[in-house]
Amino acid sequence: MRYIPVTDKDREEMLSKCKAKNIDSFFLAIPEDVRLKRLLNLPSARSEMELIRYMQDIAAKNSNTNNYSCFLGAGAYDHYIPSVIGHLTSRQEFFTAYTPYQPEISQGTLTAIFEYQTMICELTGMDVSNASMYDGASALGEACVIASSASRKRSDIIIVEDMHPEYKETVQTYLKFRGIKYTAMSVEQLLNADLTSTAGVCIQYPSFYGDIYDMERIGRYVKESGSLFIVCANPMALALLKSPKGFGADFVVGEAQPLGIPLGYGGPYLGYFACIKEHMRKMPGRIVGKTTDVDGKTAYVLTLQAREQHIRREKATSNICSNQALCALMATIYLSVTGKEGFKQVAKRCVDNAHYVYEGLLNTGKFLKTSDLPFFHEFTVSPKSDISALNDYLFKHGFIGGLDTVKGWLIAVTEKRTKEEMDEFIRRAGEFNG
Amino acid sequence: MKFTKDHEWIKKEGKYAYVGITDYAQQQLGDIVYVDLAEEDLVLQQGDVLCAVESVKTAAEVFMPVSGRVIEANHELEESPEKLNENPYEAFLAKITIDDESELDDLMTEDEYNEFLESEAE
Repeated sequence: MRYIPVTDKDREEMLSKCKAKNIDSFFLAIPEDVRLKRLLNLPSARSEMELIRYMQDIAAKNSNTNNYSCFLGAGAYDHYIPSVIGHLTSRQEFFTAYTPYQPEISQGTLTAIFEYQTMICELTGMDVSNASMYDGASALGEACVIASSASRKRSDIIIVEDMHPEYKETVQTYLKFRGIKYTAMSVEQLLNADLTSTAGVCIQYPSFYGDIYDMERIGRYVKESGSLFIVCANPMALALLKSPKGFGADFVVGEAQPLGIPLGYGGPYLGYFACIKEHMRKMPGRIVGKTTDVDGKTAYVLTLQAREQHIRREKATSNICSNQALCALMATIYLSVTGKEGFKQVAKRCVDNAHYVYEGLLNTGKFLKTSDLPFFHEFTVSPKSDISALNDYLFKHGFIGGLDTVKGWLIAVTEKRTKEEMDEFIRRAGEFNG
Repeated sequence: MKFTKDHEWIKKEGKYAYVGITDYAQQQLGDIVYVDLAEEDLVLQQGDVLCAVESVKTAAEVFMPVSGRVIEANHELEESPEKLNENPYEAFLAKITIDDESELDDLMTEDEYNEFLESEAE
């Protein structure tokens, strides 16, 4: 972004051009009694040194995953981020507030997005991926809207209930104002449900509680009923789990934060969105395509923009025309530097660690099993003690414990946890008598 | 063959009818790049949106000339939408049933349609 200074002289010129006396005259539409009639109550200016110290003091109030050993997941995961990601993404060609799309000046950015799309397709088994979305929840919401509008004969959406609760809320918000009927149910209920008026079924894979269901059975049931199948998957888990393409997914969406994007309160995170070719034209956001220029050389351009967004706006399924290019670049670099084998190794280490902690916790005798289904790197157990007291105790000993959920204590274990950390975590969790 | 003011044609053949867009429509749209095909087995009223056609210039909706049921969409257009430009009266968009044949009487004959085009041009 360019810095555009406005001098007093500029202001005067602009005001006289507008025939306005002063800036305040532009705000006359705002009722008198709600206008602020004093200056903002801001502290006095600080020097750079003072400001840095001030900000560091505020930042130091946060506990973070450098100082604490993190066993919390629930949608955002503490994976190792190779340092090359920060180096490359902070290059000025990429590090901009706005993603430049003009092919004449943006071949580097467009190439990176194209690579990202290719990797997402390989990971999900889908035919096409868009250039990314804001986060996993909005990607899921968009998929539900498209599924609902795909057929004029059916429009209802079913969501398998052990979905991330915030994703459920986002989907509900998306559907509510479009008048689309939405029902949450368990897998068992789904497999006995009449889906004749259901346009789409969405399920999280693995579930919010870590469970991995028999997706082939669910997929078969959904597809045979003529509904579309939306899978909201952790991309890290897709390194090892069966590709959603294999059990009939029409849309695969989710949160790609695990792919090299730092934990942050409020993001920015990365929604990925992929689908089979049939729904390509309805995809929200941007898509980069590969073509040739007038000289026959490879070139990348935005392509297949949903015409509805620009021309038949009232028919548009989505109003999102943007993406999360810098975070998509992080994910692209992450997948490139870990590579096909390395990426699987990271995922495998997550599985091994999580199962080690799971067995360890059960062996303390202080925790009960909550599920018999297989899991990836996240699971619930039911502690005999109060969960928030247990988390407080662990926090005092340098651990960020699991989330307190209706199904139990939700623990995530990534490849970052050392054997020492895991042993100490199990020991501390086991010794607590709350 | 009968014509609508929205530049669709309909041709009755036996118990079915074929619906497409006119030569004038394809000229106005320019190069057609995609057809959002009609949904088969859908029951529509006269004037309801049947499907949509996208060209390099714009996107346009195609309306049902008469009330009826969509029997079949022309899937050939998925891969070759340019057939609508090349041969608009052969490349149909949908095969339909006609609920009430008297609705055909509301539509224009070829001569009437040509007159309509001329009057529109003025």
